[in-house]
Amino acid sequence: MLSRVADSIYWMCRYIERAENIARFIDVNLHLLLDVPIAEAHQWAPLVSVTGDDADFKARYDAPTQVNVVKFLTFDRQNPNSIYSSLWSARENARSVREVISSEMWEQINRSYLMLRDADATDRVAQDPAGFLSHFKKSCHLFAGTMEATMTHGEAWHFGRMGKLIERAEKTSRILDVKYFMLLPRVDYVGSPYDGLQWTALLRSASAFEMYRKKHRTITPEDVAAFLILDCDFPRSMHYCVIKANESLHEITGTPMGEFTNRAEQRLGRLVGELDYSEISEIIAGGLHQYLDSFQARLNDIGAAIHESFFGFGSPVPAP
Amino acid sequence: MKFNGYDTKGYYDELIDGSGRPRPGAMLLIDRIEGLPPGDLARRQQAAEAALMNMGITFAVYGDERGAEKIWPFDLIPRIVEPEDWRRIHAGLRQRIRALNLFIDDVYHDQKIVNDGVVPRDLVESAGAFRRQCMGLSPPGGIWCHVTGTDLVRDDDGTIYVLEDNMRCPSGVSYVLENRQLLKRTFPRVFEASGVLPVVDYPDRLLATLHHVSPVRGEAATAVVLTPGSFNSAYYEHSYLAQQMGIELVEARDLVVSDGYVKMRTTKGLARVDVIYRRIDDDFLDPLAFRADSMLGVPGLFEVYRAGRVALANAPGTGVADDKVIYAYVPKMIRYYLGEDAILPNVPTYLCWQEADRQHVLDRLDKLVVKAANESGGYGMLVGPHATQAERETFAAKIIASPRNYIAQPVVNLSRVPIMAGDHFEGRHVDLRPYILFGEDIFVMPGGLTRVALRKGSLVVNSSQGGGSKDTWVVDAAGASSPSWSVQGM
Repeated sequence: MLSRVADSIYWMCRYIERAENIARFIDVNLHLLLDVPIAEAHQWAPLVSVTGDDADFKARYDAPTQVNVVKFLTFDRQNPNSIYSSLWSARENARSVREVISSEMWEQINRSYLMLRDADATDRVAQDPAGFLSHFKKSCHLFAGTMEATMTHGEAWHFGRMGKLIERAEKTSRILDVKYFMLLPRVDYVGSPYDGLQWTALLRSASAFEMYRKKHRTITPEDVAAFLILDCDFPRSMHYCVIKANESLHEITGTPMGEFTNRAEQRLGRLVGELDYSEISEIIAGGLHQYLDSFQARLNDIGAAIHESFFGFGSPVPAP
Repeated sequence: MKFNGYDTKGYYDELIDGSGRPRPGAMLLIDRIEGLPPGDLARRQQAAEAALMNMGITFAVYGDERGAEKIWPFDLIPRIVEPEDWRRIHAGLRQRIRALNLFIDDVYHDQKIVNDGVVPRDLVESAGAFRRQCMGLSPPGGIWCHVTGTDLVRDDDGTIYVLEDNMRCPSGVSYVLENRQLLKRTFPRVFEASGVLPVVDYPDRLLATLHHVSPVRGEAATAVVLTPGSFNSAYYEHSYLAQQMGIELVEARDLVVSDGYVKMRTTKGLARVDVIYRRIDDDFLDPLAFRADSMLGVPGLFEVYRAGRVALANAPGTGVADDKVIYAYVPKMIRYYLGEDAILPNVPTYLCWQEADRQHVLDRLDKLVVKAANESGGYGMLVGPHATQAERETFAAKIIASPRNYIAQPVVNLSRVPIMAGDHFEGRHVDLRPYILFGEDIFVMPGGLTRVALRKGSLVVNSSQGGGSKDTWVVDAAGASSPSWSVQGM
């Protein structure tokens, strides 16, 4: 397939995944606020950190209040990672590959965008943020389901899935990074109902609460971290995401698993291998924050390698 | 909603005759519409518009980079073409395309028609789209104009004229296909009972046309659609056609000339391209051959084309035949090449380069339509009766300064079709653009794009100037969907 098209499908899926994650983060925070008496600023500032845009936020907003943060993360068109900007980019990418994706996928992405645009115009979000966010999340899930069911699971689909999973792994690592240290037992909270609520909220941020419960009875910081990093079956855990992204990468190239023919395969395969043989106690002993930070840096590196191996249309071509 | 009180006075109405009765092909439809409960038609119209919006069949509003997008206005009541009209149009367009293609081929080879004094040499060579680079070129099968969209109009006396031959990159066919989808959902029973000829096979026929001219035969041939990119106003159509044909949609940056072939950059390296359905102008195809100052295009593409290693549809240089001055000579071409009289007449045309015509035009600017020879989309045009004195004077000066570049025609009182105007029906002026494919044979799409001037009284149907579209139903006299004329003579 065309390099440009592969590039667009990869980013279309990344942006949809990004928008859905941000919507979920905001939604969970709104709910948590109803249960936990915690200073507003402490509750909302971390959400800006999750998207990695602290500097941009500080430059254009005063305090990290609910109103400001929600605005920054939903409809702020100057914030390239807001829900609006992400979906706009997803749709522009989709438009440029409309002939490759199914009509149903295009129609769904377009409906999501129009819903977002209309919500922005009518101030519906200020009235009922939770209602809006849950509606929006559903529209993203509908896109994922439509893509699964209406598009041939060939090369283009695998590029899309790879983009989605790399974005998801990155977002899970960020939410864990930001929340984990905030939530480590504090003297005044230990054993109080608030403690449990906060950990529950972190799991809910990754849509992981119910699935976690099936695996672990009690909520401990170590088990939560293990679930979100190392679980092989939960579809938002970092380990699961890189395993499946690696599968897609090998489907694209046809290289047998366990071997590599380009830098993307080498780097991604190595990351999967490390996670395969990791234990949570080692990770925490070595410093969770450092671990997650390095994980994100490696995902960036893998993203660059994918670009270089498949999308680089500036590559030299023999003279005519 | 009822049609009593619907006013057809002074114009030819395509659905209702002069005495207020539905024309034969429209009877079922009018019956159905009149039988709908109040408000139902308006609801169907809204549902159709919402569907267009959700399908993203929109164009961006100029100057608003994020946000404002509009659907191209669409009116639910179809335009119906009666069988005897269609038979004439079908035969007339096949004849016209055959002659025009022979003309283009002649212009770039022996120029017999020029040497015989039928068309003046300087008119041909001064046509804006004449390409000297194409002299001596012989495209596969001798076919130059693979895809044409001819604009037809009907005057108040019922005569159907050819208004323009669009032989470069005519657009709009995707609207025909989408409008049909919507109408089938809106009036399923009437549609079936009326025996409307299908348009759905257009993408298949277009692909067959492309394969027909490919240097590589059969299934192995790789055809692509070449688009200027997603900012282009017709991008939706480019993408739609590529999708319907199941071929790649490429931009110039995806293509490169390597080892004497045109190739596209893929995730697995370079892959050869055999046929390019290009939706960009000649000027932007190849900076080495056409415009050195252009950053667009694929350097070296024209050399590959000359060597017969890639086919282009339409061929470069085809535009020489849709110059509005050359247009006036088409009836003569038909006689010259085919020895026949034109089945579909031209609108009478005054050529300002001829002194007598020029004087006549300048004296009657308030009664004529003046057009620049190389403009399209309703630009570079003066509608005399609706213009101000100052506008007429500006045009008079332009005509005197550059007579070769202007023609004038009498105002054609375009025929009308009803549209919904609030709680009643009103007639609005329409034209018709059937699409013609020239491959193994000449295929005329049954129907085409009906453009409608939605503003009351307006004669300008262009989308840039308040025009919308309607579905076009060519009804079968037999009342069943026998494809008798779509295959006639093939």
